Amino acid sequence: MNNVTAVNDLVIRFANVNGTGSASANDLFAKSLFRMGLPVSPKNIFPSNIQGLPTWYEVRVSDKGYLGRRLNVDMMISVNPQSMEKDIKDVRSGGYFVYDNTKPLAQSWFRDDVTFIGLPLTRLCLENYSDPRQQQLFKNIIYVGALSALLDIEFDVITDIIKEKFASKEKLIPPNILALELGRDFAKANYACPSTLRVERRDMIGDKILIDGNSAAALGAVYAGATVAAWYPITPSTSCVDAFGAYCKQYREDAEDGKKNYAIVQAEDELAAIGMVVGAMWNGARAFTATSGPGVSLMSEFLGLAYYAEVPVVLFNIQRTGPSTGMPTRTQQSDVIACAYASHGDTKHVLLFPSTPKECFDMAAESFDLAEQLQTPVIMLSDLDLGMNDWISEPFAWDDQREYKRGKVLNAEQLDELTERWGRYNDTDGDGIPWRTIPGTHPTKGSYFTRGASRDEYAVYTEDSAAYKRNVDRLALKWETAKTLVLEAEFRLAATNTRIGLMYFGTTENAALEAADRLAADDVVVDLCRIRSFPFTAAIEEFVGEHDLVFVAEQNRDAQMRTLLINELEVPPQQLAAVLNYDGMPITAGNICEQVHEYFATNEKSAAG
Amino acid sequence: MTFIKSTFRHPELPTNELGFTRQYYEGVLSTLCAGCGHDSISAAIVMAAFEANIEPHKVAKLSGIGCSSKTPAYFLVNSHGFNTVHGRMPSVATGANMANRDLQYIGISGDGDTASIGMGQFVHATRRNLNILYIVENNGCYGLTKGQDSATADRGSHSKKGAPSPYEGIDLCALALQLGATFVARSFSGDKHQLIPLIKAALKHKGFAFIDVISPCVTFNNNPGSTKGYEHVRDHLAATNTIDFVPERKELTTEYAEGSTQQVTLHDGSVMALHKVDKNYDVSNKSAVSMSLLDYSERGEILTGLLYHDEESQDLHQSLGTTDVPLNTLKESDLCPGGDALNKLNQGLR
Repeated sequence: MNNVTAVNDLVIRFANVNGTGSASANDLFAKSLFRMGLPVSPKNIFPSNIQGLPTWYEVRVSDKGYLGRRLNVDMMISVNPQSMEKDIKDVRSGGYFVYDNTKPLAQSWFRDDVTFIGLPLTRLCLENYSDPRQQQLFKNIIYVGALSALLDIEFDVITDIIKEKFASKEKLIPPNILALELGRDFAKANYACPSTLRVERRDMIGDKILIDGNSAAALGAVYAGATVAAWYPITPSTSCVDAFGAYCKQYREDAEDGKKNYAIVQAEDELAAIGMVVGAMWNGARAFTATSGPGVSLMSEFLGLAYYAEVPVVLFNIQRTGPSTGMPTRTQQSDVIACAYASHGDTKHVLLFPSTPKECFDMAAESFDLAEQLQTPVIMLSDLDLGMNDWISEPFAWDDQREYKRGKVLNAEQLDELTERWGRYNDTDGDGIPWRTIPGTHPTKGSYFTRGASRDEYAVYTEDSAAYKRNVDRLALKWETAKTLVLEAEFRLAATNTRIGLMYFGTTENAALEAADRLAADDVVVDLCRIRSFPFTAAIEEFVGEHDLVFVAEQNRDAQMRTLLINELEVPPQQLAAVLNYDGMPITAGNICEQVHEYFATNEKSAAG
Repeated sequence: MTFIKSTFRHPELPTNELGFTRQYYEGVLSTLCAGCGHDSISAAIVMAAFEANIEPHKVAKLSGIGCSSKTPAYFLVNSHGFNTVHGRMPSVATGANMANRDLQYIGISGDGDTASIGMGQFVHATRRNLNILYIVENNGCYGLTKGQDSATADRGSHSKKGAPSPYEGIDLCALALQLGATFVARSFSGDKHQLIPLIKAALKHKGFAFIDVISPCVTFNNNPGSTKGYEHVRDHLAATNTIDFVPERKELTTEYAEGSTQQVTLHDGSVMALHKVDKNYDVSNKSAVSMSLLDYSERGEILTGLLYHDEESQDLHQSLGTTDVPLNTLKESDLCPGGDALNKLNQGLR
């Protein structure tokens, strides 16, 4: 048999049953590779269910630093009989299938082109542990031990993680290490170790950290001074608010009396969640909500109010597969248009697109500054892949000299010093952004009536057409100002001149960077542009203008970002070619390359024909 | 037509303890129909705030959408106001309250805004015991869209153009009581002697203070056959009893006139009965209050006054354990853990 031979270029998939404690064993596996200085990208592929259904965990190791998903499972670790038949089929030819052989495998399932490695996980557990719960849990740790031998993972690295993890519950350390040893020793005694797949220590991690995007966003909100969080549980955003609560408990509670410098309200639905954010930010606190697509649909009315009444709002949308309930535990980038133009009437919202946990942190903090400076909703569009999976990321950093940008808010002294009549919606600075006041500021000055109905510059209700038009035109001017405040795109220009561009955003970055390398190898050289904000900056417009053909890679069916670019920049549609992935799984470099090649094949054909 | 509100006031108008005249508590000119019950409620709020020595800038007034929700413009012009979206005032008020626990919150809603589109938010703001005075200006119909029945229209009642309502009317007081409101009252827009002290008491209450104010719609629901009409505001003002505002439960109950049923003659000659709470009525006994509401309702009578009061009220801030100072006054130094803490946190993620 020709086994796949690889060092530090692997895809390992674990097939588990959800609710059986496999997650911590899988995390242990990924973290040990991370500690060996290797770029890893672990992904949970899980059902919308709590216990009993198949769940997968996929880890890619790439010492080229590629963090996107790649197809072709080199090694499958299967402890779920329910999915085993399909799991065997999913292994690439020449790969390995590791399984619990306590019970024999159906003869018909064996494949000639796959190496089967049986580990008596159940038997070893029954022989070595008496507690039924441990007999179940340690199956997972035993296979990590076996993998340490099969893949040549440094054993000390794994045991060190165990020791750190159970530092406060020391009695759990010996049984965990025993499980690792049982697995390692069985593998060494019965199979060639290491296998043709193995890892080697590298120095590619530096000071990077391993964390999920939702925790990072929550931490960003803490650092930005968010004091009010209102939310309604929805996958995949729930862990963001959970993390906010945990960080607040750590950093925001009085050591003596336990009083909290924050308020988290679990709302009755997403309508109420965003209503609370609107109320809190109107009243001068920094507030946010986190949700996913269905929640954004419910929040749309309030987003229109906040846009028109000019109330700052911060919303984290952790996108999942839509429409409707869609696939709640799968990823997509399919709320771009829903968020860009959320609500009725003429509305546009500022969007931010993070690609890494570091960016989730930075952009979460930036969201509050932008929302308050622009007095408008800011929506950060993350996704399930980024939000709920661990990623290697640059470490978080905070400049202690940094000051919150609270925008144009008049205090009591400033109100007293005003020589002219103050108007809440009066554009005195020519940037479309008026000055606002916070309730309770001054006994006699600065009060006004906030409403979603038309009003004049002094917040007085009016149905005068000219006054209405002046107001919405000012909002359009504010949108122009937003273009100068949002985050610039990230450009990576090829070493040689090219007329072809590749644009992407968010988690598509990882696959896009890898695809660019592969395309270059095939003599398709592309300049890269990662969109980080909406509205689009002038530099993005220039990038599009400087290329004859720009591929726009994204994870939705309808090419939403491409549509937005065409609509906002008035680009001829044929200049932008869609590269799409929307099956709920993260986009791969291979997928992007295929679609690019297919585009050229089709267009050469049509040119020839 | 141009409306200009006269700004002339007698130079020697009395002032309250803060040195403000009543005029200081007024708002802009109402654009509601002449004789609308809602205007009487606005006037009662003005008087209550004046008499209770409320600092207007320490009040935030919020509303949803509808005739009732326009009214925050018509009182307390020196307070910030927020006319939100239909049925969603409770959530905005909740967020505002979380941001600044020191302000007083007045939420104005209508029967459509609360009992239909906003039922979910009303229910949950109530059960969280949000610290707010929540007034429903209840006329049993949708005024701004020309008179459709609302969910508080009593079964069999009919509006100007409509057929008798075939559906059970929602009793918002009974609902608020069941949901954990800690101050529940009902009044009538035509009875300012009862309403003003109730508003004053509600403003002093810490927790969810709910007042259902029957406030007839003169244009669409003031006809024979309607259970939410009246003959003329002036008639009712004259016909009602006075209760004094005393924020203590015991004294409040003893202030009520003994169990009298008040007959209110409506515009068309039909009769509405308003009851004052009798002297044996115990506002702290939730189950007895609940029974009374049902008893009176079954007799087609409307029980008014302070119905229920919970002295042990714990508002949402107390439930959440938030700090004593308003969250919106906390500075970066209070809120941001700083660079060193972040470096330490990074170390734990390696």
